[in-house]
Parts: sequence; C-alpha cells; structure tokens
Amino acid sequence: MASEQQLTAIKGAKVLMVGAGGIGCELLKTLALSGFQDIHIIDMDTIEVSNLNRQFLFRKSHVGQSKAKVARDAVLRFRPHISITPYHANVKDPDFKVDFYKQFNVVLNGLDNLDARRHVNRLCLAADVPLIESGTTGFLGQVTVHIKGKTECYECHPKPAPKTYPFIHCIVWAKDLLFAKLFGDKNQDNDLNVRSSDATSSSEHAEDVFERKKGEGIELYGRRIYDHVFGYNIEVALSNEETWKNRNRPRPIYSRDVLPFEQIQQNGNVDKNLVADDPSSVSAMASLGLKSPQDIWSLKDNSRIFFESLKLFLVKREKEIGNLTFDKDDQLAVEFVTAAANIRASSFGIPLHSLFEAKGIAGNIVHAVATTNAIIAGLIVIEAIKVLQNDANSYRMTYCLEHPSKKMLLMPVDPFEPNKSCYVCSETPLLLEVNTHCSKLRDVVEKIVKAKLGMSCPLVMHGSALLYEVGDDLDEDMVANYAANLDKVLSGLPSPITGGTILTVEDLHQELLCNINIKHREEFDEEKEPDGMVLSGWTQSPVKEKDDNASINNGASASHAPSQAVSLEGKEDSEIEIVPVGTGSVLPGKKRKLLDISEDTVPYLSSITDETSSKNKLEEIDDDDDGDDVVMLDDGCSDGIKKKRLR
Amino acid sequence: MDGEELTEQETALYDRQIRVWGADAQRRLSKAHILVSGLKGTVAEFCKNVVLAGVGSLTLIDDRPVTEEALSANFLIAPDENNLSGKSIAELCCDSLKDFNPMVRVSVEKGDLSSFGGDFYDKFDVVVVSCCSQTAKKKRDETIECQLQYTSFEEAIAVPWKSLPRRMSKLYYAMRVIERFEEAEGRNPGQTSIEDLPKVLKLRKEVCEAHSLNESSIPDLLLERLVTGTREFPPVCAIVGGILGQEVIKAISGKGDPVKNFFFFDAMEGKGTIEDISEPNNGS
Repeated sequence: MASEQQLTAIKGAKVLMVGAGGIGCELLKTLALSGFQDIHIIDMDTIEVSNLNRQFLFRKSHVGQSKAKVARDAVLRFRPHISITPYHANVKDPDFKVDFYKQFNVVLNGLDNLDARRHVNRLCLAADVPLIESGTTGFLGQVTVHIKGKTECYECHPKPAPKTYPFIHCIVWAKDLLFAKLFGDKNQDNDLNVRSSDATSSSEHAEDVFERKKGEGIELYGRRIYDHVFGYNIEVALSNEETWKNRNRPRPIYSRDVLPFEQIQQNGNVDKNLVADDPSSVSAMASLGLKSPQDIWSLKDNSRIFFESLKLFLVKREKEIGNLTFDKDDQLAVEFVTAAANIRASSFGIPLHSLFEAKGIAGNIVHAVATTNAIIAGLIVIEAIKVLQNDANSYRMTYCLEHPSKKMLLMPVDPFEPNKSCYVCSETPLLLEVNTHCSKLRDVVEKIVKAKLGMSCPLVMHGSALLYEVGDDLDEDMVANYAANLDKVLSGLPSPITGGTILTVEDLHQELLCNINIKHREEFDEEKEPDGMVLSGWTQSPVKEKDDNASINNGASASHAPSQAVSLEGKEDSEIEIVPVGTGSVLPGKKRKLLDISEDTVPYLSSITDETSSKNKLEEIDDDDDGDDVVMLDDGCSDGIKKKRLR
Repeated sequence: MDGEELTEQETALYDRQIRVWGADAQRRLSKAHILVSGLKGTVAEFCKNVVLAGVGSLTLIDDRPVTEEALSANFLIAPDENNLSGKSIAELCCDSLKDFNPMVRVSVEKGDLSSFGGDFYDKFDVVVVSCCSQTAKKKRDETIECQLQYTSFEEAIAVPWKSLPRRMSKLYYAMRVIERFEEAEGRNPGQTSIEDLPKVLKLRKEVCEAHSLNESSIPDLLLERLVTGTREFPPVCAIVGGILGQEVIKAISGKGDPVKNFFFFDAMEGKGTIEDISEPNNGS
C-alpha cells in the first residue's frame, strides 16, 4: 500500500532506534516489513523472563543476552537482506555524539525513562535530526513528532511531577529506610530514628537500637526492632502535637498486641527452607505456608512475615548483611518490605496491599501488554514515513486510548509549535533565586544542574571563569580546584556569584548551553522550597500530595521516589491526569489546552486493584523494562477524556 | 473465580500484563480457544498478540501455498524455509507461533471454512476470519469479535444505510461497495486494480440510490485507494492486528467491554474510529 514515493523514501533512509524493548521489538519488525534497509539500534539491556510476554523477538534461551543483538538476529531471519546494526550500550555513552546522530534521517525512541528521553531530545536538536518519541502503559500510548524549529521539542513543557498516594510512602519507608538500615551499608545516611527512650535522656553516644546485642536471641532482637519502629517511633512522632492538628493520628503498634512472644518463637518452619541450599530461594512465605502473592495479608500475617523474613536474613543470608540493596527479584527482600510497609500502613489507617502489588510499587514495575506496543510501533512508522518525505503538514501526535473518545480509539492531534521560552530548544535564560551567602556551588550543581536540567557532564562558568567541570582528561590541580569550589558558598567563589550574576552552564556531550540569571534571596520556606533555591523559566510542577502524607515520614524527610518515577492515578480521578499547563508562555494561536500526562506518568489501569484496594494507586513506571511508558494528552479531546473513568 | 491458580511459571512470564488485567483475566485467557482463517499480515499480527497473551489454544486454517505476496507483510514466515518445504501458510505460521510461547497449543486444521459443521465451531470461543468473500463471512455468521450479545456481522451489514448514524465512517460504505463489486465479478478479496475503477464508480451510484445515500458519502479518491492499494501496508497490519488482539483479549478475559462493533483505521488521516452498526430497535 506504500506508494512509489514512499518506497523510495523508505529505501534510502538510515534510521536510528533507541530501545529494543516492548516498543522496540515491535518497531524493528514493522520497519523491516515496511521495507527499511538500514536500521541502527541501541539498547543497554539484557533480556529477562518478564520481557517475554511481549518482546516477541526474544525466547527463554536468550535470557541474559543483549536485546539489541538478539532482536537484530531475529528480524534478519524473515528479512535477511537488510542491514541492522546493533549497539549493546547506554544511549548516554559519550560515543554517541552529535556526529553520530547526524548520519541518520530520523531517530525513533522506544525508551522507558525520562532521563534518556531528555538526552536523546537534546542530541537530536543539536544534530538537527527529526525525533519521533513514544510511550505506552497498559492500554494507553502515544506517539509525538519533534522537529527542530517546527514543532515543540520533548522538553518544551515540564512534565508533571509524579502523583503519589499514601501507601507509596509506606513502601518508600520500608525499602529506603528500614530495609537499608537493617541490611544495607551501615555508613549510609539514614533518617530513621535509632535512639530509644532510655538513650535520649542519657548521653550523646547512645547506642543504636538496630545493633543486635551480644548474645541476643533472634526473636528478642526482632521484637525489639518491631516495637521500636512501629511502636516507639510512632509515639515520638505523636508527641509533637503540631503535626497532628489537621491529620489523622497514627496508632502505635507493639508486637505483644499482635503476636504473643510464644507465637513469634514458633513462627516459621525454617526446616522447609533447609532443603533450599541456594540463599536466593529462601522465602518467608514458604516457611509460613502462605501461597498466593495476590492475597492481602492481615496485620497478624504481615507481622509473622516480618519476623520470619528478618530471621531468615539473619540465619540464611548473614554474609550479605551490610551489603544488601533492595532488588525486586529478591523474594525475601520483597517479603520483608511488603510486611513492614503493611504494618506501617495499619498504623496510619491506610489500606493494606498484596505482595504482588507491593512488589510492583517497590520495584517500579511497568504495566505492559504486547498489543499497545504493536499499535504504537505502527503509528511510529507511519509518522517516520511522513518525516522522510518532509510532509510537514501531515505530522500528527497520536494517542492510543483505552475507551473511545468522540468515537476514536486512535486520536490524531496537530503538533504544537515550539515553546519560545524553552531553555532546551530556544536560548531563553532561566532564573535562579538562591541565598548566595548560604548555598554552596555543590547545591547548585546537584539540585539544579543535574537534577532539574538533566545535565550529566556539566560545566559551570561565570563569564570566562570556569568554576566547575567534569571529565576524564582534567589534570589533578584542576580536579582539586573544582572540588574546593564545590564546597564554597556562591558569594565566596574565586569569581563570586551574587544577585545579578549570569551563570552559564553547559553540557558538552549534549551540546546544550544555557544561561541562568541569579537573584539573591534570603529566606526559603523549608517545606515548600526544600532545595533552598527556586528555578523558574522552566520548572517542575509541584508534586501533588495528600496533606497527611508528610507526616508518614516520621518527620524525617524520607527520600521520595526518584524524580522520573511515575505516578499512579486514582480510580476516583479521571483516567488521565489533567494538569493545566501555563499557557502564558505559549503562542496565542496554538494554545496547549489540555492536559498533560507526564510521559512517565500514567494512569494505573490495572484491574488488580478492583477488589483489593480502595484508593489512589500510584505506580512508578520505568526502570527495568523499556519502551513501556506514557505520556501526555493534549488538545481538543479533553472533554471526552475527562469524563472517562476507570472501571 | 473457579479454576486453578496460575503456576509460578505463568506468574513470572505474564507478570507485566497481570498488572494490567489481573490474575483472573489471565486465567480466563488460558482457557480460551481461538480459530483463525486466512493468514495475511493483519491476522499474523493478531496471532502473535494472542499467543503472547497466553490463550489456551490457537487453531490456524490456511491451506494456500506460500507466495511472494503472502510473505510481504507476514513476519511469521522466513523466506528461505518456504522454498524448501511444500508446507501451507498455516503450517509455516504454526511453527513460528509455537516458538513465541510454549504454553499455548498452536495447531493447524486443513480444509475450507465452509467445510466445517457447527460442532467444529462450537469448540471455539472466538473465530477470526480474513481474506474471504462476504458470502463466506455471512455463512459463519460471526462478527469478527464474535460476541453473542453483539449484532452478528450479517445483521450489521444488512442495516439500511439511512438508519445508520449520520457521521458514519466513509470507509464503511466504501468497503461494502468494493465487496459488492468483488462478489459480482467473482473476484477474491483484494483482486482489483485501477482498471476496475469505472465499474466500481458505477456500482456506487446504484448502491447509493438503493440506500438513498448521497454519492459524496463515498468519495472517488477513497474508492480509488481501495481498488489500487491492495497490498498490505505493514504499519496498518500492526495497528489493526493490535486493536483486534486487544478487543478479543477483552472479550475473553472479561476485562473491559470490547468495542462495539466496527473499527476503522485510515493511515492518511491517522484516525482509528469505532462505529456501532446495529439495528436501532434491537438495542443490544
């Protein structure tokens, strides 16, 4: 059905695919069938069992091998005479420079994270190569076209921060604080309160309650930890009346009220695990005879899992303690985190979750099906052919919906024009409000340049004075000099930064340069402006949280989910999060009306939660699978979408 | 829900999709039996999708030998193997599909759709037919999604055009005209070329008069694209095969209602539309 002109454009094209995962496998197949002859494909991942339900170019025997290479071999079987060049590498690798991108007619993204998407966007802009961007989650997906100077770039509008809901905080607490404290590196910073009541009153060098005392039995130790984190620490938090004025007060939970000591002693049947010599197969569920990961355990069962998994770590995996980091494929770790998060949830009156769900949240696991990826890949190829023919009037952003809106399941929308104040694709300076006498250069580099602007190899200049840079070929003096600068406050730098200064930051690798106007400000609101500085001109939307969430962190600022994490959506909310995007900066003729679902933000569509959980679900998508996340909806379709509800 | 728990192997393989539709839906999928007839690009995509999803069994009917055209949009057949073997399209596709998911039983049934009796069809939860004439489709009396409470395909296409919604997709009318033409001329589906256009336009006039529909509802250009563009376009196969797979999965898993009841996609405008075509008064 392709016309002669289309076939000519296809045959002469050289295309780069980034990602050989969920979307990537489908895309490579459809490109090959459509007649593309020269395809390059980058993916750093290796194949996992959980990929096989949709990444159909891979087989069980390929587990552990490079996705890019196996995908190439699989497609050459049915299209032997085309050229596919695989790269088993990170797209952020410095080998993939602007010159590398310049050889391609179009770049097609099938990625799974914000960071890599921003990186590729910048290199495509620098190389002036068209980019087609895509994402899916569950039955939702989108394809967008980004052409320098003609359509908006991927970063023209900030992506809404992930939405969050109370159980997430319980998971974050269980994983990043409690699990890390008990089994991880002891030297890592950890905000968990480790002082007991007798210690706070006495001395400075009070002992850490997490240290197991000499000769202390495992059951006693477990009970002491339990009572400290679920009982005592909650009491401490409750003692601050201010905190609870407008919030539901949590309930301290002590082991004696849930599980008498004798029962803790008889808790598991460790014998069942004796057969398993392999420490990685040890399971508290197995010892306790709990079978289904889909079940929601009672507080009592969660407590039994808590004690049993702690015991199994101490007995069976003693050697690993001190070096463990949470891994979603570590059964015992998932069991411990599920149980601890659920006990904490009980304390705060938050609905409990099954191990399956808790694992999904803790491991940032994507929701993905083959069909959506196949549809999205087809749409990418259709747009790619238009781009190759330079048919600018017919470019479309296309959304794949779960329920028809205005009779449409696949909804095309005209692309938006570039945002004239985008710091990435225009040269508009940013504004940074900061206390130049207090904030250090390190704070600016870490919290702004890296975290907000997404630069990985930054260079910071004030006029012609180089304040900071990274690179392999720097001489020692420079390295020492930059290290010293990082620890200086802005106004104390060799070339002082004060109000009115223009700071230049650049990432040579991404070929992105931007100027930041500095404005001095004395005071910052600790709660609303935790960075102690405010970047504007391009800002991340505020995280939406329920009021009561902050308290769940025990007053301590638990590390929140990573910034690229995704939000989960409430069942009671509309299916698609509607975030008004500031229209002030947008061309009057082409307003970006609607909604913006962040690309990593997608509604949680799963039915798994139908029976089980009541409330807002959130999900962090990304991480281990590619090509499976979404997106944004724009334009005139908002009405239809707004009305749609999760079933 | 009745039925066994999913095995550990199934839970591991299907983890990412169980997060979309739930364990009960996955169990129902694993008990479903699907029959497909006519393995061109779109159906090949569909087969891949349902095999990956983990249906119980998939039975393929397509006795045709492999031709170059059959290969053009079908990734289930490697070009070298067809030269060697005397296998049918269904047999070759079967070998590839088995490989995609060892937990699904994929098999071939020889014969023609019309040669099977009702008992045969009763074994299946869903039947998908492609590349056959309108008469054969009617005979089976299956809509492509085969939902009992939905209007049958025969009833749907018999609905008088003037009682259809006013903004009905033009593709619907155009495709009925092409079908009528192929039927009258004794052609196989897709066996048309630009030379047929004058006759097709003449037929359009007759059909539109019979239905009191303005001829402009079926633009010349659209008919021209339909008679000439008979080769499958792989991106469209992926999209239509994806939608078909997704709707069949919804139907058999009970997770969501399948679309009711026609889906149209035009790659030129990029729109994928749903039309409900049924007798206005039988209100199903």
